[in-house]
Amino acid sequence: MSSLFDPLLVVILLLNLFVLGASRLRAVIGASALQGVCLGILTITAHAEITLEVIAVAVVAVAVKAVVIPRLLYKAMRDVAIVRDVEPLIGLIPSLVIGALGTTFSVIFSQTLPLVAAQQGSLILPSSFATVLTGCVVLTTRRKAITQVVGYLILENGIFIMGLALLDAMPFLVEVGVLLDLFVAIFVMAIIINHVSREFASTDAAELTALKE
Amino acid sequence: MLLALVVMPIVLGALALVVPWARVRAWLVPAGAVVHAALTAVVVISPPSPMFDRWMTLGALGRVIVAILSAQYLVCSFYVPGYLAARPERPNRVFCACLIALGGTMSLVAVSHHLGLMWVGIETSTLVTAPLIYFHRTPRSLEATWKYLLIGSVGIAFALYGSFFLASAALHNGLSTSLLFEDMVHDAARMSKPWLHAAFVILLVGYGTKIGLAPMHTWKPDVYGEAPGIVGALLAGGLTTCAFCALLRFVQIMNAAGDGELARSLLLAFGLLSIAVAAAFMIRQRDVKRMLAYSSVEHMGIVAFGLGIGGLGTYGALLHILSNSFGKGVLFLAAGNLHRTYGSKLAAEVSGAIHRVPASACLLLAGFFAITGSPPFSLFLSELTIVQAAFRAGRYAVAGLFLALLATVFIGMGAVVVRVVQGPARAGTKPEHEPLLTIAPALGCLAIVLVLGIYLPPWLDSALHTAARFVEMQS
Repeated sequence: MSSLFDPLLVVILLLNLFVLGASRLRAVIGASALQGVCLGILTITAHAEITLEVIAVAVVAVAVKAVVIPRLLYKAMRDVAIVRDVEPLIGLIPSLVIGALGTTFSVIFSQTLPLVAAQQGSLILPSSFATVLTGCVVLTTRRKAITQVVGYLILENGIFIMGLALLDAMPFLVEVGVLLDLFVAIFVMAIIINHVSREFASTDAAELTALKE
Repeated sequence: MLLALVVMPIVLGALALVVPWARVRAWLVPAGAVVHAALTAVVVISPPSPMFDRWMTLGALGRVIVAILSAQYLVCSFYVPGYLAARPERPNRVFCACLIALGGTMSLVAVSHHLGLMWVGIETSTLVTAPLIYFHRTPRSLEATWKYLLIGSVGIAFALYGSFFLASAALHNGLSTSLLFEDMVHDAARMSKPWLHAAFVILLVGYGTKIGLAPMHTWKPDVYGEAPGIVGALLAGGLTTCAFCALLRFVQIMNAAGDGELARSLLLAFGLLSIAVAAAFMIRQRDVKRMLAYSSVEHMGIVAFGLGIGGLGTYGALLHILSNSFGKGVLFLAAGNLHRTYGSKLAAEVSGAIHRVPASACLLLAGFFAITGSPPFSLFLSELTIVQAAFRAGRYAVAGLFLALLATVFIGMGAVVVRVVQGPARAGTKPEHEPLLTIAPALGCLAIVLVLGIYLPPWLDSALHTAARFVEMQS
């Protein structure tokens, strides 16, 4: 673990709060992409020795999370011509408060789980929990389909952080598989968003209400 | 050999993408299913040696699950040519390809003995089913697909998160981190308890979303309601079986760790809640297919309840997975026929179906009796076993509640089904010709639950008992 490790995790935590407080879609997508870049650097710094495999995982992570998926989302955003996610189910300030409380809770919760010596005192667990929590908040409180996809992306970022703690245990095959699956899932979602926009002339998931009790 | 189970359907699915004739594509589905069933029969009868460093192994549990999956898929697959022939205007290229590939991805879940590989199986199964749900290309089916993808992906993400927790539980005490189930079961007792418990809860939520246990069931009514009948049959009978297979692996690890009690009490709570929620929503349900979706929630609850009782209940739960799989085949295929004939799935409009499509209506009625656990169908046997296990364990209160909820479901579902089948028909309704291919698969499923209810072959019974003992760590 290098000295860059914890500061990068702090950046990710701050980006979480930024996403919760921002309403412009461009900014939200940008923040998730920046998280992807941080995760790429984290992958390299997490390893004692830098092998070709480590670099490959880092490059794929950055390529998928910071380049390909954001571009897909930007394109979807342009196609349906929306700029901001208005009227989230929970206002921006309350969701920021939830995010801050969630981060605090994550720190407390991670104290209850025993850590291996190498990770003692590291921010890796709390930032993973907090990021997953942020993803869930964005997923459940935002109305636009694109923002919900960003929520899912952030959720996956949180899981990826947890994966870093296990890099030595988890075979790379699985890690790469995870990235690939993530990519395919978002890709399929992007296609669906396009269909949604054509059928409903908006990507407001709140309009998807024909099916309910 | 194990690899062939997974790869053959995927390759055939890719082939279906390039076949230019729609009718040939439709027949590729049952053709693939026959080959898959033959391969399954070979591996089930003489389990092959593990592959890829034991990543693929056919254990006692996987053997039962892959047999259920393959058999149900085989029977249902013959519905596809008849169904697609009735919808010649729809492009079926992607539909057929995904349907065929689904057989492979579901098998992957059953044969993988590796935490990560099994997760990949569940994930790919979810992705290939999304285009199947969107087959009708209506705004409503689009909405259902969106919900399925989003909620399903979050569930799968949690399953992955839980898998990481489980890996951490092993990492903590310097145990083997191969992530093979065999190794984890072996080391379970020495894993870090807080991590293991957290892992089980997260995995239960994650895979529970795919199973459709309440309160993570919200996608089910929408998806089963909008998907074609054949897709509903495969989702409710096949994919849920896969997800339960995954969950059973973790129940086994918890049992091996000596924490089976915690796992069982959680499963019991989720199970009862699912049955209760399903019962509440089935009463006065106006939409036939949504009612079937709640029936699926109910049956997932029954299986979870059986696992929650443990002991004989685990055997009952496995028998119930098997019976439910075919029972759902009857109901969804019959309901699909009614939906197509009437162009509606509202009970008020499909009323009196026996006068118009007598065969499908009779199948729906018989399927209703089968699924609600009436004798002599095999669901009666499995539910009875579960209740018996609860009484034997001295849990009279939960057993009583279980029976009361099942009775409520019977009344709620019965009211809808009887109205659909025997209600007043529109004046001048004449019986219509029903193609054999859309009737025979449902009849086949019904015959299986009927035969298994009367005579459970000893080899099947012993395979189920072995799998139950395997999960319970008693062998």
